[in-house]
Amino acid sequence: MIRSEILREIAPILRDQLVVCNIGLPSQELHMIDDNAKNFYMLGTMGLSSSIGLGLALAQDKTVISIDGDGSVLTNLGTLPTIANNVADNYILLIIDNGSYGSTGDQPTYAGKKTKLENVAKACGCENVVVCKDVDTAKTLQAAIDSKQMTIIVSKCDSGNIKLPVITMDPVVIRDRFMKAVAS
Amino acid sequence: MSISSKIVDDFVANDVSFITTVPCKQLAGVIDEVEARPEIFHIPSNKEDEGMGLCAGAFMGGKRPAIIMQNTAIGVTINTLATLTQYYRMPLPMLISYRGELREPVACQVEMAVHTKALLNQMNIPTYHFHKESDADELDAILKYTFMCNKPVAILTDASFWGGYGDQ
Repeated sequence: MIRSEILREIAPILRDQLVVCNIGLPSQELHMIDDNAKNFYMLGTMGLSSSIGLGLALAQDKTVISIDGDGSVLTNLGTLPTIANNVADNYILLIIDNGSYGSTGDQPTYAGKKTKLENVAKACGCENVVVCKDVDTAKTLQAAIDSKQMTIIVSKCDSGNIKLPVITMDPVVIRDRFMKAVAS
Repeated sequence: MSISSKIVDDFVANDVSFITTVPCKQLAGVIDEVEARPEIFHIPSNKEDEGMGLCAGAFMGGKRPAIIMQNTAIGVTINTLATLTQYYRMPLPMLISYRGELREPVACQVEMAVHTKALLNQMNIPTYHFHKESDADELDAILKYTFMCNKPVAILTDASFWGGYGDQ
């Protein structure tokens, strides 16, 4: 499976949760598959999906899922110790690990070579780190939500992209409707 | 009352309850004070752009955030300030130690000091410079201004404000 196929499969699960979605194609795909007010699309700032999601989870009680990529986590590796040391049991970091920088032309990441992000997360002190196959992402994500424990999921999938348009929504509109969904 | 206590009192009085910090020698007292206050969730970050991401999330979760960092961090946060904090129109008070100013013992700190105000100006970030202790009397108004206009706002605090570096 490629990332967009995973997103399509987990969309019914994401729909009921607050989602912070990574820049580029992941946000564009989620926007196309199931645009709704509970999605916060990142239009810039590669690497900060996990940080924005953690801050949101620490600030309120609803479950927050940060959708990130292996390349973006590598950009902001300092996030993993911060997550490990500031446990929010309403927080799930879903790393869709396709071993490549999908939005920029599928250049290989180090996560697709020797580096195992699940091992990095564990070494940083993250306690619930789950590795799953692409086809098992939905049930792994649902189990993490049901566990009510902070969980890092590394979903291993194929690299590959679909063609789709950029998000043209105004960022303040995205943020405003998201904040209303958070507060509702 | 110490200047660190006064600063953190102003944060608390303005309902700032989520503060991320990256340490600087000049900021040690105020970071200790942030850590000590039960009204504030203190979350140290490993890099300042990460901290701004945490603050963005906390703001959307209903908390008023702030970041405490050194001016060298301006160099690593330009993209985040432009494409996250400013683009999505979020408030962010930035209490910044202004290294490389008068009384600075470390020459390399001057290299970023000479760019600090120019970069903030280029970013259209409202900037206040605390040089004397009484300058901090404006902090309350600066915080109100920040959350009124939903912008990142810089508060530069130099060595003279903090009373120098002591023995070096």
